[in-house]
Amino acid sequence: MERTYLPVLLLVGFVIANAVLILGLSHFLTRARPSPVKQQPYESGIPPLGDARERFSVKFYMVAMLFIVFDIETVFMLPWGVYFRQLSCTVPLVNNVCAASNISFFGLGEMIVFMLILLVGYVYVWKKGALQWD
Amino acid sequence: MILPTPMLLQVADPTVAASTGVFLIATVVKMLAIFTLYMVGVAYTTLAERKISAWIQDRHGPNRVGPWGLLQVAADGVKNIMKEETFPGDVYKPLFLIAPALAFVPAMITWAVIPFAAPWGSPWGRIDMVVADLPIGFLFTLAISSLGVYGITLAGWSSNNKYALLGGLRASAQMISYEIAMGMSTVAVLLLSGNVHMSQIIDQQVATNWNVILLSVAFLLFLVSSFAETNRVPFDLPEAESELIAGYHSEYSAMKFSMFPIAEYANIITASGLMITLFFGGWDIPFTSWDNVGPHTGLKSAITFAFFLLKVVAFVFFFIWIRWTLPRFRYDQLMALGWKIMLPIALLYIVVIASAILALDATGLSRGTVAYQGALFAVNLVLLVLIVFVLDRGRLISPAYSRLERERVARLRLMAQQSDLATSRES
Repeated sequence: MERTYLPVLLLVGFVIANAVLILGLSHFLTRARPSPVKQQPYESGIPPLGDARERFSVKFYMVAMLFIVFDIETVFMLPWGVYFRQLSCTVPLVNNVCAASNISFFGLGEMIVFMLILLVGYVYVWKKGALQWD
Repeated sequence: MILPTPMLLQVADPTVAASTGVFLIATVVKMLAIFTLYMVGVAYTTLAERKISAWIQDRHGPNRVGPWGLLQVAADGVKNIMKEETFPGDVYKPLFLIAPALAFVPAMITWAVIPFAAPWGSPWGRIDMVVADLPIGFLFTLAISSLGVYGITLAGWSSNNKYALLGGLRASAQMISYEIAMGMSTVAVLLLSGNVHMSQIIDQQVATNWNVILLSVAFLLFLVSSFAETNRVPFDLPEAESELIAGYHSEYSAMKFSMFPIAEYANIITASGLMITLFFGGWDIPFTSWDNVGPHTGLKSAITFAFFLLKVVAFVFFFIWIRWTLPRFRYDQLMALGWKIMLPIALLYIVVIASAILALDATGLSRGTVAYQGALFAVNLVLLVLIVFVLDRGRLISPAYSRLERERVARLRLMAQQSDLATSRES
């Protein structure tokens, strides 16, 4: 167990230390000379009007919601993909190979049913105009 | 290249596993070596981008610092560290400070699971040439790389700059949209490999054939999504300089700014590594099999590593080449491509390729045979032709005028012609 995930933990720690080091180095080596003009938001040299944090288009929220739905569909497909060979074999795999006479269409059929259900939602979303950007 | 599975290096390995001490030392050494190489690689990718851009545009590019401008990256690094840090008036400081690190850290972690060479049977035991040999494999990469979107979105939001906010929003919407197609295209790889473990995916490709041949459509989908995920042209809308200044990093300066390009180039290299591992056989050397069977000496590891690097360089070049080949999409085209073309194609492809694999398995052909691979490639070829030549004839991905009705275009053309005639008559 420690052999599998320890390197990742090491790497994460190392990379975070690096990020802090690089940003810190840049912070401590230089001297800030702020001035009112320098601290204005850069919006093509025009004095900025109002605050940037206003309401923005609802489409971005829509995309985020659709993403969650479809990403979860993907999460369901990944294990199916891994297990596909066994799912389409009526007997347990021998040496990771299924004899031609034992092939079944169970796994594929299940995925087609799943896709059809997904398709209904997809067509609904499309017809509702949620995928239309302009 | 066609070998029975048990002969392959990683499946049945005579070498004993290294002891815990050796394993730890090897891990630290690999980590430091690859991290250093990675950072240098990122730095030189920026130089390569400028040099290749210059070459494509018939100019010199950086050529003053060192021979052929090779030390330009060092000069850039020093300059970025020595620059003054600015904190524009109304930024939200905690997030403004943490956002560059949030973009940098995931970009620097994702490469950990990519095997970069054949395992080395050292005198101290077997050493896998991958920093973290995770059983969850590329799921780790998908998960961590999608964390990068936080850095970009928070940078855009905390800057309190309208352009930065727009850039951040665009980036997040674009990255999550293409992540779906990316995830679904990898399902096809799993159908053949039966595992998410990176080294087993490589083994599968060694035992049969590279997935780019067996699953060409999945590769195409993955390629397009990785361009979108790394915010490269033609999907560079988050930092479209002609409309958004510099997008989400407009307000950043000094090293905090540098973190974003570093993350971007690191993501390009990681995306290349991923494509190589999933579709181009990883460190496998084509048309030979001596690299895939024992005894695995240090020399073998070195040569396969060189081949892996060669493939990475080729892909990085491809990324830069595309930048000067394709124009930028409009935002609605980008979204249409992701949701209305890539997603249904990815879904359909999963069903079609699963049926094809099942049908070929039912004929009793072995997956290692040329007939099996040829048939699968033929299916892919037909699908590719269908996608490219039939699906999109200027309907969704199209210039603005093609969305007008035919008659209106004709009327506008007529008007333009008449005004041309009028002006030519006047002069």
